[in-house]
Amino acid sequence: MGRYVLRRLLQLIPVFIGTTFLIYWLVWSLPGDPFSGKCGDRPCPDSYIAFMTEKFNLDDPLIVQYGKYMADLLTGDFGETFRGTSVGELIGEAYPNTIRLALVALAIEAVIGLGAGILTGLRGRGFLDNVVLVSTLFLISLPVFVTGFVLQIVLGFELGWIKTTVTASPAPWGQLIVPGFVLGSLSMAYVTRLTRTSIAENKRADFVRTAVAKGLPQRRVVGVHLLRNSAIPVITFLGTDLGALMGGAIVTEGIFNIKGIGNLVYRGILGKDGLIVTGVVTLLVMVYLLSNLLVDLLYAVLDPRIRYD
Amino acid sequence: MSANTVKSSVDARRTGPVPGAPLLEVDDLYVEFRTRDGVARVLNGVSYKVEAGETLAVLGESGSGKSVTAQTVMGILDMPPGFITGGEVRFHGENLLKASQRRRREVRGSGIAMIFQDALSALNPVFTVGFQIEEQLRVRRGMSRRDARKRAIELLDLVKIPNPKGRVRQYPHEFSGGMRQRAMIAMSLALDPEMLIADEPTTALDVTVQAQIMDLLKEIQVERNMGLILITHDLGVVAEVADRIAVMYAGRIVEQSDARSLYRKPGHPYTLALLDSLPRLDLKGTELNTIKGLPPSLLNIPSGCPFHPRCPRVQEICKTEVPAQHRPLPGRLSACHFAEEMIAGD
Amino acid sequence: MTDPSTAATGAAVTTTAAEHVTAAEHVETKGSNKPRSLASDAWYDLRRRPLFVISAALILLVVLMALVPTLFTSADPNYGDLNRSRQGPSADAWFGYDNQGYDIFSRTIYGARASIVVGVSATVLTILIGATLGLLAGFYGGWIDGLMSRIADVFFGLPFVLGAIVILSSFRSQGESSATEIMVLVVLSISLLSWPVCMRIMRSAAITAKQQDYVKAARALGASSSRIILRHMLPNAIAPVLVYATIALGAFIGAEATLSFLGLGLRAPVVSWGVMIADSRDVIRVAPHSLLFPAAFLTATVLAFVMLGDAVREALDPKMR
Repeated sequence: MGRYVLRRLLQLIPVFIGTTFLIYWLVWSLPGDPFSGKCGDRPCPDSYIAFMTEKFNLDDPLIVQYGKYMADLLTGDFGETFRGTSVGELIGEAYPNTIRLALVALAIEAVIGLGAGILTGLRGRGFLDNVVLVSTLFLISLPVFVTGFVLQIVLGFELGWIKTTVTASPAPWGQLIVPGFVLGSLSMAYVTRLTRTSIAENKRADFVRTAVAKGLPQRRVVGVHLLRNSAIPVITFLGTDLGALMGGAIVTEGIFNIKGIGNLVYRGILGKDGLIVTGVVTLLVMVYLLSNLLVDLLYAVLDPRIRYD
Repeated sequence: MSANTVKSSVDARRTGPVPGAPLLEVDDLYVEFRTRDGVARVLNGVSYKVEAGETLAVLGESGSGKSVTAQTVMGILDMPPGFITGGEVRFHGENLLKASQRRRREVRGSGIAMIFQDALSALNPVFTVGFQIEEQLRVRRGMSRRDARKRAIELLDLVKIPNPKGRVRQYPHEFSGGMRQRAMIAMSLALDPEMLIADEPTTALDVTVQAQIMDLLKEIQVERNMGLILITHDLGVVAEVADRIAVMYAGRIVEQSDARSLYRKPGHPYTLALLDSLPRLDLKGTELNTIKGLPPSLLNIPSGCPFHPRCPRVQEICKTEVPAQHRPLPGRLSACHFAEEMIAGD
Repeated sequence: MTDPSTAATGAAVTTTAAEHVTAAEHVETKGSNKPRSLASDAWYDLRRRPLFVISAALILLVVLMALVPTLFTSADPNYGDLNRSRQGPSADAWFGYDNQGYDIFSRTIYGARASIVVGVSATVLTILIGATLGLLAGFYGGWIDGLMSRIADVFFGLPFVLGAIVILSSFRSQGESSATEIMVLVVLSISLLSWPVCMRIMRSAAITAKQQDYVKAARALGASSSRIILRHMLPNAIAPVLVYATIALGAFIGAEATLSFLGLGLRAPVVSWGVMIADSRDVIRVAPHSLLFPAAFLTATVLAFVMLGDAVREALDPKMR
């Protein structure tokens, strides 16, 4: 187990460096003037150029620039926008909203997805199974922004059940339910299908038959042996998804005007503010990679066979 | 065996144990699998009986119905596609097929226990071996965690697993094949069953390990005076262990006899063919006999005697008339028109 | 499907799980498949599935719309008349008019082309990159596998929407781009962010194939590497990649729409469903039909590909029958 953790950690380092370098390169070092389009529509002020060149060592080779940027970043210094706001502070304000949104989405997809998946997986083929299958297919095919718009129009404008935009920051949990549903809808469909398949496969497994042959009550056969084993792929999916949800929140945050990370990066792109983009994306990549690592570890805890290799 | 045990299904339709009844009786069992391709008649009137302290070997090729019979007895047949269309399974005279779900569960494990061919997939990979043994003790016997652990260690020791105290904390994949099967046996003994069904317990193992497991099973059976059903496709494995042998073909028992006489004088051409296909040291250098043809499709069982397309002694009558199970000699059963000639002949 | 990487994650989790188990149990050899009989079995099975028939018909219809839009409409998609702005559906214009007074039905028909072109090109490119690297990694193993897997991890580490935004906005800031250039950029960024999934699928299929006895036998008989890859490993790996490609095609069409919606993908004068949905954004409340119709076509098309992928997967997986 110890070696496994260590190996995964070591594998993570080059990936982290590679991904963040890729972003850095994309944002800062494409051919052409690095300041064209970095300060909104106006040309950058000379003082800013001088300051930034100094601050980001733009005269240095790319790899050195990147190294210095990362060193700053790891001490918590995200730099400043060209208007002089601290990027770190902007992120600090926006991040709680995105985490809340992702958690709501995760909770919704876990509860509904697992529920529907377990129900159909245990019952097997039939009317309910078909209904669930068709609705998951439909959810998978529905682009998130369409789901978002439709719910916003119907629930917000027509029925007036929800506020159409979430302007408060930090966002109240109650207002995040519908946006969370929108964000989590796609994964919800995946969780449902994954659970269903997993249970349907394990239902016929030899060890479940053994559990029945041991004379265990049905409740225990299903609750302990069947669900425990079927949960492994689902839980790992949910874990990876937390990172993916934060990265994918940009559309949902845009529709419901939630002041989160996605919104921040989107404004950064529209306002052509490279530092915000680099900072936020680097942070998101870090979260994503860390959640993947945690999932790997969780996997090793859940499935003892993994610890052995 | 008295002459009326085989055809006494009529008067035994009551529930609850009957004093003096045999330990386990399978009586005229019919099972079919309804699949997309049609109805496969998997069991066509299977009957056998096992007493305490007795070992019955059920022999047959894959698809002959030997495992399905065992699964029906245990109540772990997949239904659907399986359907029990007739017959009874009596445990101490009580028809299990008519018993409540609750009663069936009581019988499983403590009345009749079962061990499976592939212990790796039959044991749950995510729980320790100890947990899987203790589970029954705690759920069924209400034992404390600590007592159950103690008992599990005793059981592992009983099946001769070295270092049981350490092993009890390990996962199935950390065991070798033979050790895993021993752990499986330990698990099946946890609730002190009166009857053990072993479904090809040694098929997945090395030859030397096979013999060890067989010896262990025999030893435990004698010690506890259990009934033992040994399902196998390998005549060689059961030679020393079985008291009686039932040979199955296409969902029927084609021959049933005490082991010794069956080996000496088979009463069915299929049994003879099985015996001939065993490699024998005294016939070194001669060509090994194989049974020609393939086992029949259960979707479409041949008319008359199901073995007739592959039978070297086939006559006209075999193609049209299903041979009745009869007793060519006391204590022997055969479903061949020519059983008498076979046993009497050289 | 807005975020193909989420779809990818699902697939990836299951793949890793399978890999881990196999690694733990050591070489577990599956029963060998005969490609030909499997393929013809699958085809026989497919034709009898209503899901397959419906999705195939839908896809044919959309492809026809993309190829010859004039078959379906005679109205000019780029003729706008502000007098009829935001008019609802009528006999003249079945789907009504949008904010600019464009005929929505006509634009929806014409919009199929951009969506399909982007989807198909992105899929082809993704498969080409992913399958090639996956085959090589699976076949050679060792440090080549390690290196390629890490490179794949790097691209996989970028969340899809964010990655695409960064790539598109970076390249776009170089000055004004023509419609074709934008289309190429969209295709490139989708493929660049999606190939790792395909590579992983191909890699594990190739590793499975490599461990099969007949491949070992071929190697022992002195078959060349290229022959082993092309004749033995490729046919074995084709089924899972095919399923992935079908579903990915749907996902990519959705992704194109999402990027257009964010203002980073295609934009007018190119007509695409994503562009139409983005245009409808500000007038949703007064003219919901300008969102409804392109969104419905988009969803139906994506649904068709996802259903097709599902049907193909079930047909190719003998266990499911």
